[in-house]
This record gives sequence, structure tokens and C-alpha cells, in this order.
Amino acid sequence: MSWIDIGHIDDVPLRGARLVKTPVGCVAVFRTAEDQVFAASNSCPHKGGPLSEGIVHGTKVTCPLHNWVFSLETGEAQGADAGRIATYPVRIEGKRILIDAASVGKKAAA
Amino acid sequence: MTKKLVVIGAGMASGRALEHLFETDAGAYDVTLFNAEPRGNYNRLMLSPVLSGEKTYEQIVTHDDRWYAEHNVTCRFGEKVARIDRARKVVVGEKGEVPYDKLLIATGSTPFMIPLPGHDLDGVIAYRDLEDTERMIGLGATPGAKAVVIGGGLLGLEAAAGMAARGVEVTVVHIMGHLMERQLDEAAGYLLRKALVDKGIHVRCSANSRQILGDGTGHVRALLLDDGTELPCDLLVMAVGIRPSVALAKEAGLEVARGVTVDDHMVTSDPDVLALGECVEHNGALFGLVAPLYDQARVVARTLLEDTAHFVAREVSTKLKVTGCDLFSAGDFAEGEGREDIVFRDPARGVYKRLVLEGNRIVGAVMYGDTADGNWFYGLMKDGEDVSGMRDTLIFGPAYQGGAAADPMAAVAALPADAEICGCNGVCKGRIVEAIQGGAGTLDAVRAQTKASNSCGTCTGLVEQVLAVTLGDDFVMPAAKSVCGCTDLTHEDLRRLIKLQELKSQPAVWQELGWTTPNGCHVCRPAVNFYLLADWPLDYQDDPQSRFVNERNHANIQKDGTYSVMPRMWGGMTDPKELIAIAQAAEKYGAAVKVTGGQRIDLLGVKKEDLPGIWADLNAAGMVSGHAYSKGLRTVKTCVGSDWCRFGTQDSTGLGIRLEKKLWGSWTPHKVKLAVSGCPRNCAEATCKDVGIVCVDSGYQVGVGGAAGMDVKETERLVDVKTEDEAIEWTAAFIQLYRENAKYLDRPYKWIAKVGLDWVKAVLADPAERAALNERFELSQSVYRKDPWAEHVHNRADRYQPIADITLEAAE
Ligand code: SRM
Ligand SMILES: Cc1cc2nc3c(=O)[nH]c(=O)nc-3n(C[C@H](O)[C@H](O)[C@H](O)COP(=O)(O)OP(=O)(O)OC[C@H]3O[C@@H](n4cnc5c(N)ncnc54)[C@H](O)[C@@H]3O)c2cc1C
Ligand code: SF4
Ligand code: FES
Repeated sequence: MSWIDIGHIDDVPLRGARLVKTPVGCVAVFRTAEDQVFAASNSCPHKGGPLSEGIVHGTKVTCPLHNWVFSLETGEAQGADAGRIATYPVRIEGKRILIDAASVGKKAAA
Repeated sequence: MTKKLVVIGAGMASGRALEHLFETDAGAYDVTLFNAEPRGNYNRLMLSPVLSGEKTYEQIVTHDDRWYAEHNVTCRFGEKVARIDRARKVVVGEKGEVPYDKLLIATGSTPFMIPLPGHDLDGVIAYRDLEDTERMIGLGATPGAKAVVIGGGLLGLEAAAGMAARGVEVTVVHIMGHLMERQLDEAAGYLLRKALVDKGIHVRCSANSRQILGDGTGHVRALLLDDGTELPCDLLVMAVGIRPSVALAKEAGLEVARGVTVDDHMVTSDPDVLALGECVEHNGALFGLVAPLYDQARVVARTLLEDTAHFVAREVSTKLKVTGCDLFSAGDFAEGEGREDIVFRDPARGVYKRLVLEGNRIVGAVMYGDTADGNWFYGLMKDGEDVSGMRDTLIFGPAYQGGAAADPMAAVAALPADAEICGCNGVCKGRIVEAIQGGAGTLDAVRAQTKASNSCGTCTGLVEQVLAVTLGDDFVMPAAKSVCGCTDLTHEDLRRLIKLQELKSQPAVWQELGWTTPNGCHVCRPAVNFYLLADWPLDYQDDPQSRFVNERNHANIQKDGTYSVMPRMWGGMTDPKELIAIAQAAEKYGAAVKVTGGQRIDLLGVKKEDLPGIWADLNAAGMVSGHAYSKGLRTVKTCVGSDWCRFGTQDSTGLGIRLEKKLWGSWTPHKVKLAVSGCPRNCAEATCKDVGIVCVDSGYQVGVGGAAGMDVKETERLVDVKTEDEAIEWTAAFIQLYRENAKYLDRPYKWIAKVGLDWVKAVLADPAERAALNERFELSQSVYRKDPWAEHVHNRADRYQPIADITLEAAE
């Protein structure tokens, strides 16, 4: 995989998220209370709610529009709701957040 | 012929490597050991017990002169190695060269010193070696000495506790929200902080250091924080992290990343040079604890003896060597997929345990207060054991397989006898227990005998819990609706317990009240956040991450993801200058313009990225946030009143403006709307507001509990008063009473229906009570009566932009 640096971990609030503009659209980068980082589609499969604006609890996020809850690890909607958001590989190196280039539609630089 | 081995650094790692080497083949090498410190190997970990006085330096020496002599080690202690000449295979010490066949680099690491202004003052030290330790011990001899420790990690806290044990007044300054955030979650961090505070150590989290101040003679005098606080100190210890000591290796042209790069055999990019310890990097990982270094030492000895062994990094566990702070942490909380938590809390004993499972295996464990099972969990984790068979009782440890479930009543059981359960009638737990033991076996009987839960009724749940705890199975708890799945408590019990136990942070609530999740959910977090800020305005800091999007972004999100922006228009009054600024902003940011039902102007369809921009423009024209998005004060509608209207009896517009200026910015359980009409014709629709004031000739009729949304309700009269000042005093007192008592997301009319208007009136009728409520409201407003827009424009405008845009750079 080829990784792109998208920023410092402290640029994302604890239990919060920030957006990254990518060729596949806006991707939300989440940071949990335990400093784990996840990346997933910003758009809720229900009615397109911006997931980066949801409340992050444990390793889940609640959509701000109608409270669907998604696992950030699997992308699956929790409970009775059915749906899934795309997730993207991210990792932390030192304090920097890296996202997998290919999965967000960027051709690896030759 | 015996080969020559030169070792640079006599630390924990190299000491162990030499032991293994001599054990296996004592005669294989002639060893020369350099050490920059003027002494040989000692147990660095044990510096903390030396600092606190529990051990002496002599007791922590691991290798003495006799040992070096027995093993023919040439000691060059107190001599720093200046250079490695790989071409000639010699090591250049300060006092001369030594040739080698094999070289072992074990230089450890160097404490990182934040380059704050003043970091080079005398009295600013790190915590790494015996010299640092002695410096701190020396401070204990000075009466009244003060120290500041920057860094609330393992080292910083051991330094702080050690100095405190010697009578030094210590303050720990930590940049993160909770202590030891690398090893502990918030809940365990909270318990640790509590224990340290009990030891008399001051702890400041989320604190940024700005500058170290000198006393004019080159010695440290104080630490200055970003918020302007000065913390006086005679010694400042920086314990903020370490960096591998790689300078020698780098200069020698060895491959160095963050640490000296080694392979699985601990060999560097030069086959004759090995390295181990905190100075190395293996597979991208660095090391800061000894357990893996001991594994490396074993591999180094084998490699030197031309045997094959592989170093495999393994999970490490951490304990803090501070007496009375029992904590255990193992595993990596930061990576992996498909994880679940098992949480156990015993508020009465101050115990917290959390296991993180992935699949059916333990990948992380944090515990505080009772760490006896730590190693058992650690074993299960290291071995990757499948725990699905014992999942339900796993958290109770090996001794309790089949043990009892967590007790939802623990929080109430733990309350002391003098804890006040019923605030209205001042009844404490002991009195209730007494009544129950005297035969009052029902809620009604307790009410009759003690008056507890006889007034506003919000403590009913707690009284029932005291009944249940005291009577055991003889009392059947009525089913009450809990806040959410994270707790069995109702909102009312939660509020009461926060006040009673003086819980001032979210982790305090989760721990002391036995939450079953690590940090709540989207239902309880906003409620807990509100209760904390309403009860402890000065101690608790509002947490934006526990707020719904609108309140976090200070604008209403729309169905297409854009936002609406609504500046305040005090009492519905505006002027040409404001209107021009609104018009210009609307044009500049392409917003739709709507006159709202709340007597002001809404700018709709603004992009998130543009929010700081439009706010700055509106701020420049003197306008502030209208809080159209908040569970807080919305609008105060007014009519034109006696200024213009032929029927107006009082200055309704003026009173509305005064009320809005007093109340704006305050957070409330649900939104609060006011109106003031100049006469009973009621053009401002005051009789369907949360607080509605109708002016009459003789004064002001203050009504409360109106609504005109999903329910339509007419206000009920709270009081008639003669003067504007009294109307404002009653209004603020009413709102503060609502803030202190209502369930989150109950509008005033719903809350009044629960506690009864009579109770509200009775409380507010007491002038002393009204004054106290006003005072508490003003105290809270000293924090919250400010424009969040201006603050966000100033401090966090960047948060409104994407963190990165990777669409732009063209991929070749
Ligand atoms: C803008 C406005 C409509 C308008 O164009 O006039 C409005 C717009 C919204 N109202 Fe309202 N209400 C507006 C006046 C009212 C009024 C009339 C009033 O205040 O005089 C009422 C009835 C009075 C009352 O509150 O009792 C009203 C009763 C509601 C309710 C029902 C509340 C209830 O307790 O039953 C909601 C839902 C809620 O808050 O949970 C609501 C919620 C909303 C929200 C915030 C829905 C949301 O959460 O997204 C709307 C935001 C629209 C947006 O995208 O910006 N709005 N809303 C009015 C703003 C007034 C202002 O200047 O701040
Ligand atoms: C106060 C304290 C408490 C700790 N508590 C724990 C704990 O509870 N648990 C735990 O697992 N870990 C703990 N640690 C960490 C642990 O001590 C280290 O991981 C360990 O000491 C690292 O061993 P090392 O051999 O790599 O380096 P060190 O032990 O630091 O040894 C390196 C040696 O190399 C010398 N040196 C460096 N450069 C040169 C040069 N150019 N020439 C000659 N000599 C040189 C240094 O003077 C030093 O003596 C603690 C550390 C400290 C400071
Ligand atoms: S409420 Fe009375 S005073 Fe106010 S505008 Fe209407 S008629 Fe005039
Ligand atoms: S758009 Fe996300 S829950 Fe409706």
C-alpha cells in the first residue's frame, strides 16, 4: 500500500472527526477517546447525513441527522438499522495520520 | 585468540546482555565497557523508590566492581565515547581508543526537553539518572520547597510522587485531558488523578506551558501557563518523552531511522556492529520499557556467540511504581478491528477494570484499584487464548468464574450516612435508613416519617434505591426509565448523585456511578455534559464532543449539510448598520434570507467552511450568535410597548432587551424562549412562552411553562411584581431553578408538570433563595455569557476546514 500523510493526530479532536477531500469524495477521519483513528465515508446511507459531525462514542459514531449508529471498524450500521459505510485503511506513524492512497482513488505516484 | 567486544553504555539492556554472554561462554570475548555516567550498571527503574526514600542507591546496583573484575571487564566509567571509526574498527573514547572485533551500541535514550523559553535555566532538569534523582532528593531537604513536573506520564508521576513523599509541594502539568493517556483510558486516569490529589499533589490537565521564568540570577522561579497562571517552583522537572540516543551511530554512517535500525538478530547495517535497548528501532518500533530489552539482550548474546536467535517484539504491560496507586495496563488500544469492551466498575471500592476483546481474544486490559488479576489477563492476552467460553465472567478474574454481576445499586450503597438525599427537605441517607430499620418499609411510609421525596419528588428514585439497599429482596424496585443502556440510573437520580458526590468530570460520573460503557453514548453524553456544566460552571469545562452537531458548530445543520446563521437581534430591535451588514454577508456567502418567527433574520444555506468567515463579518458589525441552535436561551420577543403603542403600559421592548442581555449564552436543559408584551392584547405572544411577561398598569405578570410547539400550553402565573427589576430577578431565579433540576430535554412546562408549580412557587417565594439562585446564575454566566462565534473565529477556525485535500496534487 502507499500511504499519504493527511495531518497530525492532534488536528482531529478527541472523540471527534475531520474531513479529507479525496478523489472518491469527502472521507471522514475519526479519532476515538483511546486515540484510535478510523476513516470512513462521510455520507450516511440513510439520507446523506454528514457522519463527521456525529457524536463519537467507543468505536462508533452516531449520525447527526437521525441517529443511526455505525461501527467505525466494520462500517456496519448497528442495531435495527441496515446499511454500511465504506471504510478506508488509515494508520498512525509517530503522530501523523496516514491514509491508504489507492483505496481513496489516488493512483500511486510513480 | 579471544575476540574484542566493546560495549558503549552500561545500562539496563547491556548489563543483561553481558550476563547472558558470560553465562554461556565466559571466555569468548575481552570486554571493554564504556559508560558516560560515572558508575556501572544499576537498576534504572528503581530510581523512583530511591527518590521516594524506599530504597538506597547501594540497593539498586546490579553489577559491582567485583563482578566486573571476575569477568575481566575493562571498565571505562565516566568516559563518554566520542566517535566510532568503522573503517579502522576502533571506538574513540575521551581518554583514548579501543579496537574492537564486535561492537555493541547500548546508548539508551535522551530525555526530550521542550524548547520553551527558559528551558536552559538552572533548576530545569529531566528524570533519567542518579544525578537527576539526587537533585530532587536535595530539594526535599529545603523546607517549603516547590516543584513543577511537566508531563503526566509514568516518569513524571513517579518523580512527582517521590518528591511529594519528601515533603515537596508538587504540581504536575499535563497537556492531555487525563494522566498517562498512553496507558490508561479516561476512567482509570480519573481514579489515578484522584489518588494523587489525595496525596497532596496538584494536578493540572489540558494545560499548556508557555514559558519558564527565571529569578534574575539564572535560576528557575516559576512556570507560566498559556492561561496566564504562574506556578512558582524551585525545581522544574521535564518528563515529556525520550528520544533514542543515535548521534554516535548516525555519525558512524550506520543506518538510522528514529532509532538505530537492527534486524531480528540485533545486528545493525554493519555486520560487526550490534545494538540494543532504547536506542534501537526494530520493524518500525521503538522501546521504552525493559521487558522487550531483556529479550533483546538474550538475542544479542546468542548472536555474539554465532548462534541464531530471533527477537520478536511482544506486548508489554505497565505498572506505576507509586505506593497506593494500583494500576495495570497492557496491550495496544490503538489498533485493530472488530473490538468490544467489557467494563466493570465498583464505585464503592474505587475499582475499574476494562478488557478490550477482538474476536474472542483479549487485546488490551486496563485496571485500577484492584490489579490482582492483571497478570492473568496479560497471560491470556500474550498467549492469544480464546476466551469465548468464559466471556460472561471473564472480568471477575480466575477466582470468580461464575461470580456475581455488577450491582446497579452500588453507587447508592456507597453513599455515606450524611449524604443529603432529599435536597428540598434536607434529609440525609442515615435518617432514611433509620426510618426503614424502624419499620418504614414503603416509599409512602418513608415519606410520611422523614419528609424525603415529599416536595419536588425528583429524589424519589434515590429513596427507592435506599429502600432496596436496606431491605434487600423485601423491596421490589418499581421499573424506572434509565437514561440509556449505559446505566440503570434515571436522569433525576443522575442529577442528584452528581451534586451529592460532587462529581465534576465525565470520567468521574462514569466511574462513581458505574457506567457500563467506557465513555457513554450519543444519548447520555450530551445530558451528562449539560448536568456537569450546570452544576459546576467553574470546575467543569464544556465538552464540544459531547454535543449535537448544531451546538458544536454553533449553527443549525440543514438537510443538505449546509448551515443556517442567525445573529442575535436584542428584543427584536435592529438598525440600518446591522441590516447592511446582514445584507452584505448574505450576498457574500450566497445565503437565503428569512425573517423568522422569533423576530430576527436567518441566513440559510451557508457552507461549513464559510462559517468562521460569515461570523467574523457579523462580529465586525457588532452582532453575536443568536443561539438559534442551542438548548439554551433563544429569543426574547417583544412588542413595541409604551415607546410607541397607544395601549402600552410599560416599556416591554426595553425589558425584553434587558432580559435577553442577562440570559444570553446560558445553557439550559432544553431551549428557552421568552416574550414580553406591553399589555394584555399580548402582541408578543407571551402567554405561550417558557417565560412570558405581560405588562399591566400595576406592573408585570410573570407567567411560566407555556409552549407552542408539539404541545400548545398557556403559561401559568408565577408571580405579579411591581418593578422591572423584580421581574428580571424572578425570571432569572426561575431559569436557574430549571437549569439545576430539570431532566435534559424537558422544556419547562414538562418539568413543572413533574415537580408541581406549587413547589416552584414555594422555592422562589423565599427572597434568600431567589437571591442565591440569581447569584449562581450569574456565576455560571461569568463563564458562558460570551459570543461563541468570536471565540471560534479566534481559536478554532481551522477546524471548519477539511484537514487535508488530496484531490489537488495531480497523480503522475
Ligand atoms: C427558523 C425558525 C422558523 C422560521 O423560519 O421562523 C425555526 C426553525 C427551526 N425550528 Fe422552530 N423555528 C422557529 C421558531 C419556532 C417557534 C416560534 C417561536 O419561537 O416564537 C416555535 C413554537 C414555540 C415553541 O418553541 O414552543 C418552534 C417550535 C419548534 C420545535 C417544537 C418545540 C417543542 O418543544 O415542541 C422544534 C423541535 C425541537 O426543538 O425539538 C423546533 C426546531 C426547529 C429547528 C431548529 C429544527 C432543527 O433541529 O433543525 C429548525 C431549524 C431550521 C434551520 O434549518 O435553520 N422548533 N420554532 C424559527 C426561529 C426562531 C428564531 O428566531 O430563533
Ligand atoms: C526513573 C525511571 C523509571 C523507570 N521505570 C520503569 C519501569 O517501571 N518499567 C520499565 O519497564 N521501564 C522503566 N523505565 C525505563 C527503563 O529504565 C529503560 O527502558 C531502560 O533503562 C533502557 O535501558 P537501556 O540499556 O537501553 O538504556 P539506559 O539504561 O539508559 O543505559 C544507557 C547508558 O548509556 C550511556 N551512554 C549514552 N551515550 C553514551 C556514550 N556516547 N558513551 C558512553 N556511554 C553512553 C548512558 O549514560 C546510560 O548509562 C524507567 C526509566 C526511568 C528513568
Ligand atoms: S401587546 Fe399591547 S402594547 Fe404591545 S403592541 Fe400589542 S397592543 Fe400594543
Ligand atoms: S441521514 Fe444519517 S441517520 Fe438519517
